[in-house]
Amino acid sequence: MTNHWIDLKNSDCILIMGSNAAENHPISFKWVTKAQEKGATVIHVDPRFTRTSAKADMYAPIRSGADIAVLGGMIKYILDNDLIFKEYVLEYTNASFIVGDKYAFDNGIFSGYNRETRSYDLSQWAFAMDENGNPKKDPTLQDPRCVYQMLRKHYERYTLDNVEAISGMTRADIVKFYETYAATGKKDKAGTIMYAMGWTQHTVGVQNIRAMAIIQLLLGNIGIPGGGVNALRGEANVQGSTDHGLLYHILPGYLATPLAAHQSLAEYNKAFTPVSNDPMSANWWQNFPKYSASLLKSMWMDDDPAVSFNYLPKLDTAAASVYSWLNLFDKMDKGQFKGLFAWGMNPACSGANTHKTRQALTRLDWLVNVNIFPNETGSFWEGPGMDPSKIKTEVFFLPCSVSIEKEGSVSNSGRWMQWRYQGPDAPHGFKPDGDLMYELMHEIQALYKKEGGVYPEPILRFNLEGWATNGIFDPHKTAKLINGHFTRDVEIGGTVYKKGTQVPSFAMLQADGSTCSGNWLYCNSYTEQGNMAARRSLAQTPEQEKLGLFPNYTWCWPVNRRILYNRASVDPTGKPWNPELPLIQWDAITKKWVGDVPDGGWAPGERHPFIMTRFGFGQLYGPGRADGPLPEYYEPLECPVNSHPFSTTLHNPTAISYADEDKAVCDPRYPFVGTTYRVTEHWQTGLMTRNQEWLVEMEPQMFVEMSEELAALRGITNGEKVIVESVRGSVWAKAMVTKRFKPFDVQGTVIHQVGLPWHYGWTWPKDGGDSANILTPSVGDPNTGIPETKAFMVNVRKA
Amino acid sequence: MSKTFFIDLTKCTACRGCQVACKQWKKLPAEKTVNWGSRQNPKDLSGVTLKLVRFSEVETNGKLQWLFYPEQCRHCVEPPCIDAMTVPGSIVHDQETGAVIYTSLTAKEPNKESFAANCPYDIPRINKETGMVVKCDMCNDRVKMGMLPACVLTCPTGAMNFGEREDMLELAEKNLEAAQKRYPDAELVDEYTVRVIYLVQTSPTSYHEYLEADASSIQRGPLSRKQFLAKLASPLKRMNS
Repeated sequence: MTNHWIDLKNSDCILIMGSNAAENHPISFKWVTKAQEKGATVIHVDPRFTRTSAKADMYAPIRSGADIAVLGGMIKYILDNDLIFKEYVLEYTNASFIVGDKYAFDNGIFSGYNRETRSYDLSQWAFAMDENGNPKKDPTLQDPRCVYQMLRKHYERYTLDNVEAISGMTRADIVKFYETYAATGKKDKAGTIMYAMGWTQHTVGVQNIRAMAIIQLLLGNIGIPGGGVNALRGEANVQGSTDHGLLYHILPGYLATPLAAHQSLAEYNKAFTPVSNDPMSANWWQNFPKYSASLLKSMWMDDDPAVSFNYLPKLDTAAASVYSWLNLFDKMDKGQFKGLFAWGMNPACSGANTHKTRQALTRLDWLVNVNIFPNETGSFWEGPGMDPSKIKTEVFFLPCSVSIEKEGSVSNSGRWMQWRYQGPDAPHGFKPDGDLMYELMHEIQALYKKEGGVYPEPILRFNLEGWATNGIFDPHKTAKLINGHFTRDVEIGGTVYKKGTQVPSFAMLQADGSTCSGNWLYCNSYTEQGNMAARRSLAQTPEQEKLGLFPNYTWCWPVNRRILYNRASVDPTGKPWNPELPLIQWDAITKKWVGDVPDGGWAPGERHPFIMTRFGFGQLYGPGRADGPLPEYYEPLECPVNSHPFSTTLHNPTAISYADEDKAVCDPRYPFVGTTYRVTEHWQTGLMTRNQEWLVEMEPQMFVEMSEELAALRGITNGEKVIVESVRGSVWAKAMVTKRFKPFDVQGTVIHQVGLPWHYGWTWPKDGGDSANILTPSVGDPNTGIPETKAFMVNVRKA
Repeated sequence: MSKTFFIDLTKCTACRGCQVACKQWKKLPAEKTVNWGSRQNPKDLSGVTLKLVRFSEVETNGKLQWLFYPEQCRHCVEPPCIDAMTVPGSIVHDQETGAVIYTSLTAKEPNKESFAANCPYDIPRINKETGMVVKCDMCNDRVKMGMLPACVLTCPTGAMNFGEREDMLELAEKNLEAAQKRYPDAELVDEYTVRVIYLVQTSPTSYHEYLEADASSIQRGPLSRKQFLAKLASPLKRMNS
């Protein structure tokens, strides 16, 4: 979230799209409800009428996967009716930038496309630069190559007729939706978006969110209270795990993973340190070398970062198609992996295309399953269709303690790092994950010491004792290392920081190895003042109280800034756009900002507000994504149509897919759109909740929701057992025939959609059913590799 | 300190935290259920399910409402079930909190069905193992210790509220006024006769047959709402459902 949970209450219009917040983030509705009490309008756009729709002021059904049509139509509507927040768009976004000559777009394909590699040459989308090396601009927004005019041109195809025809949303709903949301483009109005996996799990997942970011920038809704782009994270600590480098392409603090081509720290730094010649651009990533050196120092305390850089593993390419989840399992299925640690995960149920995933596990020599309960991953060898006598994989199960049985922090969707004390002891001496990892690495080091090995330095010199006290994993010591300390006496701006003192903030991190920090974003979280995440004070100023900022409650990255890009909440003289809800204000007497921690302490107008972008502007046109600088409509890789109104390019031409795996496109055997989702009562693959009887009592079995019309078509009665099947496999489910699903009119044809939860697995409960991911395809977004499990094609029939 | 629940159904998201919290505090076992084509599960209140969120899909003029009704004992101001008591002490009406509590002596009652028969909301059930007649007891043990009932404590949206009766009546009126802007048919249900006041967004029967006191034996037409409620509140009145 750019904003945070409590801030939802400050919104005038809450759009919930790609999310079922009331069911899957129940506590969010505490704040959504408060906003409604104050007169806010809540809009829910979703294929199915859910518990969220039941509370919304407006509900509009949409066929799964048609989001960019609807959002592109809204961009056109805002521009056609001149509903943009003009001052904001002109001053704070790249609307006036001139796009370079090489950029072109034709029939669904951007310039620079390589049909062989199914990828783009991103350099073709660069801005035109002036003689000083800054982007050329036209503040009149009249130049046909300026971003504003390019947006107009790109989205002129997104007419109401076209949007209506492909999305299945009715004309009346579309217009009402656009009118209502676009009304937040006023100085004193805020609109926000709550999205989740309903937007991300598509082959256009990233572009779904880009489309909304464009709308938010056009309406001046980013950086302000009650606004922002808000991803609702699926687990309490998914934000934290992403911050700390869970994914293949990033190290902790969103530092890019080095490539094999980077032969030295200097080369690596150069590749990822952007340069701006505009003195008004903070260009925050210019500090990249300080953060990379501090990270390396935290991992190898006794080495110069230039040396320890060589210890880091390197990627051959940053392409999601090579290293992300789908491809890991594709390679595993081809026998290219010896072993797997499934740590706090249940891929045998959570991964798309379950049969393939489970088959891949049979190719392993060993599998270590670390979890709080046995699961389908650890038991895959005795699952449906498996012959244990033919499976070589040796499986180890390491039970671990539950979150409440250990001390540590979680970072929530709103970026709040919250320290938790230990509750009860874990049963049977089970240990926290940190202890398991520490002890595992300890053993690996001992083996290397004893037996040697190829290139032992990265392992033997690793700062493992930085995590431990007297040979036992120490969460406080680890959290302090993540914050970082001075590794020698350092003088900064006249102040001497002694060796061993905690670094007060990332502004003091150094590129020469004199500081360490396991994650620069968390520098300031555990300082000489103590553990900031453990704070529980509710104290705030009256202005902060009005917003619910709670700056003394826990801690929030970066540097306790509760709303990102908050310099965009004021005009260039430092006055809040909305004087009723000031987030930050410039005090001309003290020459300081008051309110939230500002995005940099510079005086008003001294820096452009979007400090994390190279040029300092919000990116309406975003030349850094794998599949285009502007979101474009494509059908899901499995879809019920063979054409759409926007181009003859049916699918995202850069989507991840495997040529040898069939896909159902207009396939009469699989005529219905399928989607997967969650229910309040279960959690992820159900590992925790399927073992909880009160929750199983409420949601005991796999079900498939369908319209009354579809049930009549297939002769299905409510509550009876049915079979849902796709190209990849089939599952049984209880039919839930409901008024909450309605058939869609898509290009004049009736299209039915069904939906299933993915919480079940064959182990337990015995009559619960199996994973909905048996149905979902191994296709994914080209930027992130996330699988398209929200739109695929199925058939439904009586069992 | 007579207590009252105020449950604003316009704010209920049917997260069912209350349903589980009730089982947790009361240490009640789960029932063996199957999916029967509805989110509502178990299907009904039972000897081990004292709080149940009911789901109802109502479509009028093409406009769909999904209605949620967390059902529980109303702790009537003048509880008609007391008239079904034949074993002294099987029902205790706590004068301090207003809680209506069924004790273990209910197991000795000769006609246990009469408890439900006398209830205008069809709440009491029989626990097959203990033979007791059971229902919500307002978490009287918690309330006496100054804690909120388990269901209220867990509610994320402010749908469930609990406190002094006057405060709850005041909150109910305030929320009704706000709700009527969005839902012109919104109303408070039986607010003068019960200690669990529901604010509904549409007719109570759209939620469930017994959300409002069953008036099947009463000629409702000629009576004003006040008269009807007064009649219902009378301890002499017998409800037959």
